[in-house]
Amino acid sequence: MAVDAAVVHGHARGERRRRWPIPAFVLLLCVPAIAPLAIVVGSIAGHDPEVWSHLSRYVLPEVVTNTVLLVVGVALAAGCLGAGLAWLIAMCDFPGRRFFDWALLLPLAIPAYVLAFVAVGFLDYAGPLQSGLRAVFGSSDWFPSIRSRGGVILVLSLTLYPYVYLLARGAFLTQGRCALEAAQTLGLSRAAAVWRIALPMARPWIAAGVALVCMETLADFGAVSVFNYNTFTTAIYRAWSGMFSTQAALELAAILMLFVLLALLLERRSRAGARFVARDAACEGRRIQLRGAARWMAAGGAAMVFTAAFAAPVLQLLLWAAKHASSDIDARYWGYAARSMLLAGSAALVIVGASVMLAYALRREGHWISRVLVRIATMGYAVPGTVLAVGILVPLIALNNAVHDAARALFGTSAGIPLLQGTLLGVLLAYMARFLAVGFSPVESGLQRITRSVDEAAASLGVVGSALVRRVHAPLLRTSLATAALLVFVDVMKEMPITLITRPFGWDTLAVRVYEMTANGEWERAALPAVAIVLVGLVPAALLTRRSAHVA
Amino acid sequence: MSMRVLGAAVLSASLAVAGLMGCSRAPQELVVYSSRNEQLIRPIFERYTQETGQQIRYVTDDAGPLIERLAAEREGSPADVLITVDAGHLWHAAQRGVLQPVESPVLQENIPQHLRDPGNRWFGLSLRARTIVYSPQRVQPDQLSTYEALADEHWRGRLCLRTSKSAYNQSLVAMLIAQHGEQRTEEIVRGWVANLATEPFSNDTQVMEAIVAGQCDVGLVNTYYFGRLQRERADLPLELFWADQNGDGVHVNISGAGVAAHAPRYEQARRFLEWLSQPEAQAMFAGANLEFPANPDVPADPLVAAWGDFRASAQNLAQAGENQAAAVRLMDRVGYR
Repeated sequence: MAVDAAVVHGHARGERRRRWPIPAFVLLLCVPAIAPLAIVVGSIAGHDPEVWSHLSRYVLPEVVTNTVLLVVGVALAAGCLGAGLAWLIAMCDFPGRRFFDWALLLPLAIPAYVLAFVAVGFLDYAGPLQSGLRAVFGSSDWFPSIRSRGGVILVLSLTLYPYVYLLARGAFLTQGRCALEAAQTLGLSRAAAVWRIALPMARPWIAAGVALVCMETLADFGAVSVFNYNTFTTAIYRAWSGMFSTQAALELAAILMLFVLLALLLERRSRAGARFVARDAACEGRRIQLRGAARWMAAGGAAMVFTAAFAAPVLQLLLWAAKHASSDIDARYWGYAARSMLLAGSAALVIVGASVMLAYALRREGHWISRVLVRIATMGYAVPGTVLAVGILVPLIALNNAVHDAARALFGTSAGIPLLQGTLLGVLLAYMARFLAVGFSPVESGLQRITRSVDEAAASLGVVGSALVRRVHAPLLRTSLATAALLVFVDVMKEMPITLITRPFGWDTLAVRVYEMTANGEWERAALPAVAIVLVGLVPAALLTRRSAHVA
Repeated sequence: MSMRVLGAAVLSASLAVAGLMGCSRAPQELVVYSSRNEQLIRPIFERYTQETGQQIRYVTDDAGPLIERLAAEREGSPADVLITVDAGHLWHAAQRGVLQPVESPVLQENIPQHLRDPGNRWFGLSLRARTIVYSPQRVQPDQLSTYEALADEHWRGRLCLRTSKSAYNQSLVAMLIAQHGEQRTEEIVRGWVANLATEPFSNDTQVMEAIVAGQCDVGLVNTYYFGRLQRERADLPLELFWADQNGDGVHVNISGAGVAAHAPRYEQARRFLEWLSQPEAQAMFAGANLEFPANPDVPADPLVAAWGDFRASAQNLAQAGENQAAAVRLMDRVGYR
């Protein structure tokens, strides 16, 4: 009997496993991120043919071209900048390396729309540079226009390259310099060794960074608006707020998402089957000592990027902030900063926590449905913020009303239950939908480094289960987790549309302050909260680089 | 380990705060959704609370998301009042069904008919005039007349405009459609585009700075942007020109308010709107942003009044909303970015 029972039991479990190949928590974690996307995609059902025929004739040709060129341009420029700088910092030695190591991360704290505004203000015809040129040469017509495709690509690349830099730097540091030395002893030239060994080994990280950059570029509204550069995102807003066609706006967003999904799946396929190895801790290798002109070119390049992406815009912001500080700064700023940090901090915890669980689930089970679910759940990062914000609101309010109805049915009143929309729980769920990709990508690429053979080696030493995770995985994953947390933290600090629509009454943050000023065209007054974002965002960036520095 | 404890503490603290905040909402507080910025409305809310004891809670966001939020919240919405800028947005809010009619003799009396919804669902509270700005060194005022005259070949390479994505330009073109019909308006806007000195700018201030720098000679701006720049630089080498004084008059847009369709406190909301339409509040409301009061009995801020009197278009602003989609399509067709 006992044997029979065991057999039956085992059989039933096998059945259940086959029927439910996806762990329940994967579903649970993906739902908040997928629900708003489903709302967006579901909108295709109702179609607005009149608006649509107009869009396809007069709007789509321009915005598709513009969007494709922008994304390709920014991906290339930010990818090269990020990976190149990471390589210099991680592998070489040149004057100022220790400073640039963390300083090159700082542009992360500068919102793209802020850099865009500063760049246009400084470099456009009426700006100080061209005015100065006209005063000296009489004409500045030869000066290239900043309000052009090249200008947008430049500005977005300068604000977004840190995503690639941060991930690639971690990759180069953890892969160590030995593989490179080994390749050179086997007769490869240094250039060939970089091209054939180091870059392919760092590929998951660089690809993850570039994917984040592409998604952020697709979703960007603020920076392209400053340049008046028409993209898919601006077309979505125009259909919505200009033509009052929520329908057409959501349809456009849905198309955008299908493209993103396709691109992500292709990117995954292209590196399917590749395996990546962990660092051999016993072998550190030596830094490449740059000599002569190369030394100073490396230092000069890093300095140029740092100046253009951080030092110059921050200086401009400080000048503006000083102008308005006496009238605008008050005790409420402590509250703004505290709420920004609380939101960003809890979002970082929640999202990195969820990312770790999802990444492990995929690593262990890896059923294709789970993979697709997670892939879809990370797409919220490529959807324009305001569209996603509305998409989030609908399920949030529905859930909220359901809870209240249930409470009324059970207790006769629902007065004691907070509205879900308008509580921090609602805000955090909404951030999940937006920023899961930012947490998940670094964690996933970090976990890819820990191969089965690492697990097997650990198992042969009797280290399994939670001990395996704690004693083997955790140290190997530390850089990835810190990277993920930093990226989420800084992104949430800068985020506007979702914070605006989901925040509880009175929960104004620094980003909300920036919005209040910019929405009214008072850019110079927005400098004060923008500087505060930079300062508050810097603290974790500095901490992180300090922590991960001794990996090197 | 300590990080994990800290994390757990932060998380539970935030959830606790969230719970408390939800419970502490007093039911008699008036709830306002506003896309007029916090720095402009807060002083007015504070004054109202001082005078009447009525507490106000508010949340700010863009008009689009706020309207969608009201639509999604339906009967469960805590909102009593929607304040927003641009007639197009107000019209859209009414169309979307998130506002309700308000029968109020006070509002009818204080707000001119063309500045409120024919169905009484929204009321203009301040006027934003959009008119011509020019460089007095390079342009004689007698060369200027109407919006449509800026399409004349005379201005080839001398005009600066803000982007057609701006709600203010969309409303202006929508009102031109109401006045001239779609075909004629398309010719006008095509002429503007042909006259552009440079790609359209993303805001009105940049238009004025470009004129100051000599990139172009004339432009179209909302007067309060001009006022802000003037307040910063007393020697600003720009002048305003009141457009179309022999015809329909200067195009005005509004910021305004309405009572939410499912307002839990309709009476308090109506009283608040009535208070906003009265002289003292009107002066504050418009003065905070150098706009013109909607109530014609209330004088404008001295800096604003110094620009001189002008005749404003008396067409009902609901048409800005009705024609706005057509205006946007028209601007797409002529390549006005």
